[in-house]
Formats: sequence, C-alpha cells, structure tokens
Amino acid sequence: MSVPAIPAPAPALNPGKTKWFAFAAVAVAAAAFLLIALGGIGENLVYYWGPKELRAAGDKAIGATIRLGGQVAIGSVRPGDGVSNLEFDVTDGTGTVHVVSRGVPPQLFRDRIGVVVEGTMTRNGTFQSRRLMVSHDNRYRAPDDKDVDVKTLMRSTQGLDEAPVPRAAATPAVKPQVGD
Amino acid sequence: MVPALGRILILLALLAASAGALVGFATGARPSGAGWAWARRLAYAFAALMVLANLVMEYALLTHDFSVGYVAHVGSRSVPTWVSLVSLWSSLEGSILFWGLVMGAYIAVATWQNRHRYPEYMPYAVGMWLACGAFFSFLLAGPAQPFATVPGPPIDGPGPNPLLQNHYLMIIHPPFLYAGYVGMTIPFGLACAALLVGRLGHDFIRPLRNFLLLPWIFLTVAIVLGGWWAYEVLGWGGYWAWDPVENASFLPWLTATAALHSALLVERKGVLKGWTATLVIATYLLTVLGTFMTRSGVFNSVHSFTQSAIGPTILVFLAAALLFAVALLTVRVDTLAAEGRLETGPSRDAVFLVQNLLFVLFTFTVLLGTVFPLVVEAARGVQMSVGRPYFDKMSVPIGVALLFVMGVGPALPWGHATKEQLRRALLPPLLTASMLAVLGFALGVRNAWTMVALFFGGFTAQITLSEILLPVRQRMRARGENVLEALRQAQRRGRRRFGAYIVHAGALLVIVAIAVSSTMGSSKEIQLREGETMALGAYALTFVNADRVAEPHRESVRARMDVSKNGRSLGTLYPRMSRYESQREPIGTPAVRTSLTEDLYVSIQNIDLASRSVGLLVLVNPMVAWIWIATAVMALGGLVALVPAWRGETVAVRVAVPSASASAEGSR
Repeated sequence: MSVPAIPAPAPALNPGKTKWFAFAAVAVAAAAFLLIALGGIGENLVYYWGPKELRAAGDKAIGATIRLGGQVAIGSVRPGDGVSNLEFDVTDGTGTVHVVSRGVPPQLFRDRIGVVVEGTMTRNGTFQSRRLMVSHDNRYRAPDDKDVDVKTLMRSTQGLDEAPVPRAAATPAVKPQVGD
Repeated sequence: MVPALGRILILLALLAASAGALVGFATGARPSGAGWAWARRLAYAFAALMVLANLVMEYALLTHDFSVGYVAHVGSRSVPTWVSLVSLWSSLEGSILFWGLVMGAYIAVATWQNRHRYPEYMPYAVGMWLACGAFFSFLLAGPAQPFATVPGPPIDGPGPNPLLQNHYLMIIHPPFLYAGYVGMTIPFGLACAALLVGRLGHDFIRPLRNFLLLPWIFLTVAIVLGGWWAYEVLGWGGYWAWDPVENASFLPWLTATAALHSALLVERKGVLKGWTATLVIATYLLTVLGTFMTRSGVFNSVHSFTQSAIGPTILVFLAAALLFAVALLTVRVDTLAAEGRLETGPSRDAVFLVQNLLFVLFTFTVLLGTVFPLVVEAARGVQMSVGRPYFDKMSVPIGVALLFVMGVGPALPWGHATKEQLRRALLPPLLTASMLAVLGFALGVRNAWTMVALFFGGFTAQITLSEILLPVRQRMRARGENVLEALRQAQRRGRRRFGAYIVHAGALLVIVAIAVSSTMGSSKEIQLREGETMALGAYALTFVNADRVAEPHRESVRARMDVSKNGRSLGTLYPRMSRYESQREPIGTPAVRTSLTEDLYVSIQNIDLASRSVGLLVLVNPMVAWIWIATAVMALGGLVALVPAWRGETVAVRVAVPSASASAEGSR
C-alpha cells in the first residue's frame, strides 16, 4: 500500500493482443480444468445397483465402487468370528449376491431388512463390503448416516417390502457360483 | 380460525410484496418521492405481515392447535416446549414460513438503513427484494400451505423429526443457515440495482459489501454448525461428507467469499465491477439452487422432508431468476466500466485475481460433482453418485493453494512489487512455515498434503499475525502507547482490515485443522461383550454394562464405557441408542470426549441387552475442536469488520495503515 511510486513497466504487448492472449489462456485453463474434473468424476463414480444390474455389469463390477441395494435373504446371515467376516446374501427376488462384510452390523440388521452395501465385487464372485447400511422406512426417512443416499435405498428396498418380491425371496436363495 | 388468520396474513404479504416490487421498479425507472415512500411502506408491510404470520404459527404450535395443517404434521403434546417452539423450522412448510420471516427482517433493515441514501439505486433494490419476497409468499400461499385447515383435527401429532430433537445444535443451525441463505437476497438486489442504474461507484459498493458480509458470517457459522451437528449426532465419526446438501450450503459461501474480495478491488481500484456483480448474483442463484436441492427431494437426506409441488415451483423460480440474471448481465454489464487499471505484475492486485479464480474453480468443482448425478439420471435414467474421493482429490490442492494465496496477498504491496520487496515479504515467513512443517513431521505427520498444508499454514500464519500486530507495534513505537491502548487505537482506526485478518487467521486454522483431522486419525470397529476391553492407540475402552434410560419423548439404551489413556483413567463415556416415540427406528448418539489435541469418539452401531454385547465404532480424531474454535474466530473477525460500517464510521481503506511488507512511511 505504501509503496513509493514506481513507474509502471512498459506493457510488452499492445492491449488488443493482451486481451486475446488472456482469452486464450483462460480458455486453455478452463479446458484443462474440465478435463481434470470430468476425469476425476469418471474415476470416482459410485454405481447404485441391485443384484440384477450387478450381474449384468459382469467384469465391469470388479473393482468399481458400487452401492448394492436389496434385501437380506432369509436365513443367509452367518455371523463371523467377532467382528470380521459377517456373511449374508443380498437379493432382489431375481438374483442374489453373496456379501462379505468386515464391519460391525447396524442395530436393525437382520433377515429380510433392506440394506445398501457399499463395496466392490471381487473376482471370486463375492461382494466385499466396506460399509453396511440398513434401510430407513419410517416416515421421516432420517438416515443414521448422513452419507446414505436414502432415496436410492428407498427405491431399491421399497418395492421389496410390498409386492411379490419378499415371497420370491422366501424361496431358498441361489448362491452365486464361485469362480465364474 | 387460526388457519384462516394465517392464510389471510400470507395473502396480504403476497399482495404487499407484489405491489411493492412493481412500485419499486416503476420508481426506479421514473424517480418520484411518493413512489419511493410507497415502496418503503410496502417493504415494511411485507416484513410486518411475515412476522405476524410466524407469530400465529408459533401460537398454534405452542397451543397444539392441530387444526393447522403444519401443527398436525409436526406438533406433538409429548415433546418439551422448546421442541414445539423450534418445530417452526423442523419441516418443509414451516421452514419456508420462517424463511419469509428472515427475508422480511432483512428487507426491513436494509430499507430502513438506506432510506435516505442512494436514491437512484434503492427503489430498484427494494423492487428486487420484494419480487423475491413475492415468490416466497406465493410458495406459502400455494404449494406449501403451512396454514392449511385440517378438517377433523387429530388429538395428537407425531412430533418433529427425532434426529432434530436429538441435539441442541439443531435449534441454532437452521436459523443461522436461513440468515445466511436468505440474507444473500439483499446483495443480489443491490447488484441488480447497480446494473439497472448502470453504475457501481465507490459509494454504492459499500452497502453491497456490508450486506454481503453479514449473511456471509451467518453462512460460515451455519455450515460449520451443520458439520458439528453431524459429528455429534449422526455417529459416523466425521463432520463433512460432501453430501449434496452440505455442498448446497458451501457453494454460495464460495462465491460470496470471492465477491467479498473482488468488492475490495472495486472499492480501491474501480475495477472488476461487472465481475463482482456477477459473483453476487451467482451467489444468490446458488442459494436458490441449494433450496431446490434440499427442499425438493431430488436428494434424500435429513434435510429433505417430503416430495411436493414445492420442488418444481422453486425450479421454475430458479430458471426465471437465472434467465433474468443472464439477460441483465448481458445487456447491462458494459455499463459498469472500470475506472482504474489492474496491475498484472507480482502484486497484491494479481493475487486478488488468482484468489478469485481459485474460488470460482472451487465452485465449479463442487457444482460439477453435485449436479452430475442429477444430470445423468435425468438423461439416462441411471442412478449413481460422485464418490467422496473426487471431492477430496479436487479440493485438497485448491484448498492448499488458497492457504498460500491468503498469505502471499497481504504480504505483497498493491501496484507493482520489486524483486527486493518480494524477497523481503516472502522469505521471512518461510521460516515459520518450515518450523511448522518440521514440527508436524516430528509429531508424526507423514501425509504429503498435510505437510504441505502445515507448511503454507505456517507461512500464512506469520504474515497474518504480523499484519494484525504491525499497526499495534508501530503505534507503540511512535507514540509510546502501551499494548492495550495501541491495540484499541489501531483496531479502531483500521477496523475492517483488522477484522479481515482475524477472519484469515480463523480460516487458515480451519484448513490446517481439517488437513490434520482428516489424515491423522485412527478408527476401529469392534463387537464387545460385557467386561471386555478394546484398545485404540493410547486409549483403552472397557464395556462395563448397558442400561435403559426412559425419558418422556424417548427411551435409550446406554453403554457404560470406562475410558483410560496410557493406563490413566479418563472417566466414563455413555454412547447411547435412542428410540423415539414416533419412530420405529433407533438412533445412535455417539459420545465424544473433546480435548484441544484430539477427540475420542465412541458410537454404538448395535447394542443388545439380552446378550450383553455392543458393536462399536471408535475413532480418535485429532484437532477437530480447532475447527469449531477457528470458525468462532472467523465469525468474530467478520463482526469486527462489520461493526464500524454499521455505525457508518467506516475508515477509508486509502488511509489504512501500511502493510507489513512495505517499510516506507504510511503515505500513498
């Protein structure tokens, strides 16, 4: 602020050229930014899939971040030793996915409850869970975990609550073939 | 009777706002004393009607008048009185009514304060404000209808969302957020008025800046209160998840912060006028976008209550406001020609530009990640979201760059810096920067970005502190005043500058605290039986027992956890799992042991009294408390900068004290 007056440096370019130069620089920077941002989005997409879509995706599902929505198949819950390796099947009535979870299950976790499991598909056909969330179907739909996209969860689990799907789910769930 | 009264008040408010908007625009186009007087009266009338409508609703809530639609929706006889009181903003319709109250208050204050000033601009500004007010009144009269009559009133209602009853922070977070969000209407109206008049001079930038700063303070606090609430209530152990709703509050904050800085260049140099107006308008549009995202149910979260006609109505308003803004800017932005010239060499001017670009970049980054899933779903029907890693990856470099710029800017002189000046300004802070980085390394920081954040944090901290203290030191030396007297005098004479650097000090602390807390923590999930002990770092937690606690509105199961650190007992924590009357589902409430260095965070995932076992998520989060403290510092700085302006005794920046970097005498 209190700089002794310094003569302004002579502009290297005439104003018109400077303007175009600045414009071009901004355009290049904006393009670069878009490229980086869209690339970043592409790498970090989280897919919201049911067992059916997960199957349909095939190898694409391996390594991708997926929120698997569905219902815990009846009689499929096998609590592991202590915390790790809780295993269960997630079903949408048409297919099931075998899930292995290492976390502590949430309070309401049990047979037939709607769940959303975030994780990824492994090569041996089981779904490795990083986070396990149960559906909320009270009237306020307040999530336990702010991070939960309950809408998806609702959509993926609502249908199961009402119509034919629970009955279909009641039939013995087919385990995914290992190593296909 | 009460519902009818409420509806009449809303309709009158709609009438006052619409008429006032028309009168305001007409008076702006053809100035007349009578027109201006009427525009003002209608603005006050709108505010008064909104206050009355809110009082009627509070009355209905407190007397449990279930014939009022909103009360039947959120009221309950079983909840404590304070919950009834704050139920006003606990659900959709009531929150829009409260929105109207805040808007009315802002409009009344802004009109009153400037009733004798800026005669060209003010009618347009009042017209813009009341046009926005008319929209929200319309929302209340049509799609929202908090005062709908319930034909056969129920005996009792369900009560508000239990998550909102769970913590006192929920009482204060929404009012702060509304005060921030709604307040952005005022600078929006002023910026539009400047465009309509075709001039944004040295005088009119002042009310614009001050009315931007006030909601900015509220918004800053509200964003962090939201994070704090999530941290204390939601039980996943963090305070920020890049949730669309969080982003909705963050986006206008980013553009508002950029505008506060570019407004300084308008004031000092007469440049960037159109740019500043654009940023202010963008801020308002982002608050409308945020309102749409949170109130329409396109994203589901604790903030979105129900799906209704309100969403599409807000979307239409957003589209109209966007069209209006783009048209206005296209036609009129050339009228706000620059009076001065911006230096492009290494100088404070250039750093201001870089800072503005960084904030805009940040805004686009967050906006892109937030809106992308919506666009994809609308276009292809595929559901997906953008994961947190995207936001983290993108925001870390930008945040660190901002931290650096926050130091470099104040260190450089305006105009053009010589090599010598650059050296003297930028070399000494490197000392503190290196010291902090080394200290971090010694304390176990290994994450590269955290090291960078510490380094630039130290750099900026030294510059900021010396900027705060320099005038004090100079006064002490030159006039022999003691520390307190010098501090009092110096801050009285350079209030805005003083406040701004306090905000910077808070901001840099927030960034460093976020960097440390998000990379240096540890966590563990574990299932314990009664009597079992777990260890996490230096902590040992023993699950002693679980018991049941009954309260009128909820029933909880608590786990008694004895905590010790390095073998020394720290007392007992009681994380709990509560079940509210109106809700099937239990809600966990974590127990947090806060200290200045780190928090111990214990959250129940599941608990079973029969088998005497508990599933826990335990985290050690370093430095989190500093985020809350630093936010208070930021708010304080904002208030310091605002107060003299409020009293109308603003000290002109041109005679501000010399910066730390410039050694010459304090003359221009």
